[in-house]
Amino acid sequence: MSNIPADLKYTKSHEWVRALSDGNVEVGITDHAQGALGDLVFVEVPEAGKALKAGDAFAVVESVKAASDVYAPLAGSVVEGNAALGGQPELINSEPYGAGWIMRLKPGAAPSGLLSAAEYQAHLAAEG
Amino acid sequence: MGLRTPLYDLHVELGARMVDFGGWDMPVNYGSQIEEHHAVRRDAGVFDVSHMCVIDARGPKVRAFFAHLLANDVAKLTTSGKALYSCMLNEQGGVIDDLIVYFLDESWFRVVVNAGTRDKDLAWMRKEAAPFGVALTERTDLAMLAVQGPNARAKAVELLPTDARAAALALEVFYGREIDSWFVARTGYTGEDGFEIMLPAGDAARVWRELNAKGVKSAGLGARDTLRLEAAMNLYGNDMDESVNPLESGLAWTVSFDNPARDFIGRRALESKLAAGLSRKLVALLLEDRGVLRGHQKVIVQGLENGANEGEITSGTFSPTMEKSIALARVPRATSGAVKVDVRGKLLNARVVKAPFVRHGKILVS
Repeated sequence: MSNIPADLKYTKSHEWVRALSDGNVEVGITDHAQGALGDLVFVEVPEAGKALKAGDAFAVVESVKAASDVYAPLAGSVVEGNAALGGQPELINSEPYGAGWIMRLKPGAAPSGLLSAAEYQAHLAAEG
Repeated sequence: MGLRTPLYDLHVELGARMVDFGGWDMPVNYGSQIEEHHAVRRDAGVFDVSHMCVIDARGPKVRAFFAHLLANDVAKLTTSGKALYSCMLNEQGGVIDDLIVYFLDESWFRVVVNAGTRDKDLAWMRKEAAPFGVALTERTDLAMLAVQGPNARAKAVELLPTDARAAALALEVFYGREIDSWFVARTGYTGEDGFEIMLPAGDAARVWRELNAKGVKSAGLGARDTLRLEAAMNLYGNDMDESVNPLESGLAWTVSFDNPARDFIGRRALESKLAAGLSRKLVALLLEDRGVLRGHQKVIVQGLENGANEGEITSGTFSPTMEKSIALARVPRATSGAVKVDVRGKLLNARVVKAPFVRHGKILVS
């Protein structure tokens, strides 16, 4: 059973979004996603300043098994990518909602279509 | 729902992530693939390989049958228990499967083939066996465990009766024999020492638990793949199949032309390819940039003419032992040294290295 914190928002493509006190948001991949990928061995994070539209692929996470794109849950400009993942991609496995965050983003528009924890849980159940 | 080995319920109980593998529901890992990989390199791990197909071949002409069926020469098998790795080819020299055959006596050989090719292998072998009067019996009553790692043999023999342990420890590399209720072979697919053990299916779960209790770690197909790739061992379906021949798959060492009178299936096709000149070869690649090589990525060889300068990764992964990405690739025959690989739209630097990457716990490539 994967962990789905109630205070975050989610996407159907298994990203999470946390609202930060400075108005920016933090984005990562969910516990379910890291479990499905397996041990992560390489993460490519976005450069600061990069402009993203909602749905843009902004990072690549590679596990021993496969490579996957990570998609922007909302539009904005990248504040920073998590540099720690360069040397320790496994942080995404061990702390997907904490030290394993992938980018911080300055939102360009109000997000739309994000899922609550309960809705994401229902989405996972429906995906089987 | 896929096919299940006798260990399916135990894998689920142990928390394995189950995936489809050639129609079988198999454990890909029990938590961390990388930890399972390191356990095999440094200590001991156990894999469920019961999905593989064990076939007993019996009849007075069984040796002549395999001399015809296989590209490697069973004439090399003169001592009971000796095993041989070989390809089984079609008439065009393409690889139907790779397998291990054991010589047990002059009317009994045992062969182990891949799970995903079971049906076509059995059909092909039955057709070819008929003129030799060889009977083929699939041993679905057996489970198979691969116990691999530097401490694997010492830990596995502790499960045998005291008076049977010496016989298991005395097995030389690439030999197998019946010991107590097991068929124990000193073979594997990891680049480490160890055993592959065929045993009655009903005993498999108990033996697995006892191995765990001796400190042998449960290991899944994920670790099996990274271990075999570090050892530069081919995987059927990735690194070779019916569309390629063994001479262009890094397997020339397994094809025996020594006996001119031995008319094995595919021989004439291979000889005409040799006469015409081979165009490709399978090489080991080490990625020098950051990233991960994967199957089907394009390899570009500098210094060769356009149109004849491309190859393809056949298997690629991240090597947990080396902490770098490694691959096998089929490339033009003239390839050496530095190459580029198209990794998700970026041209990364890699180079051809001597295989294997890792053997017996040691990194062999710098």
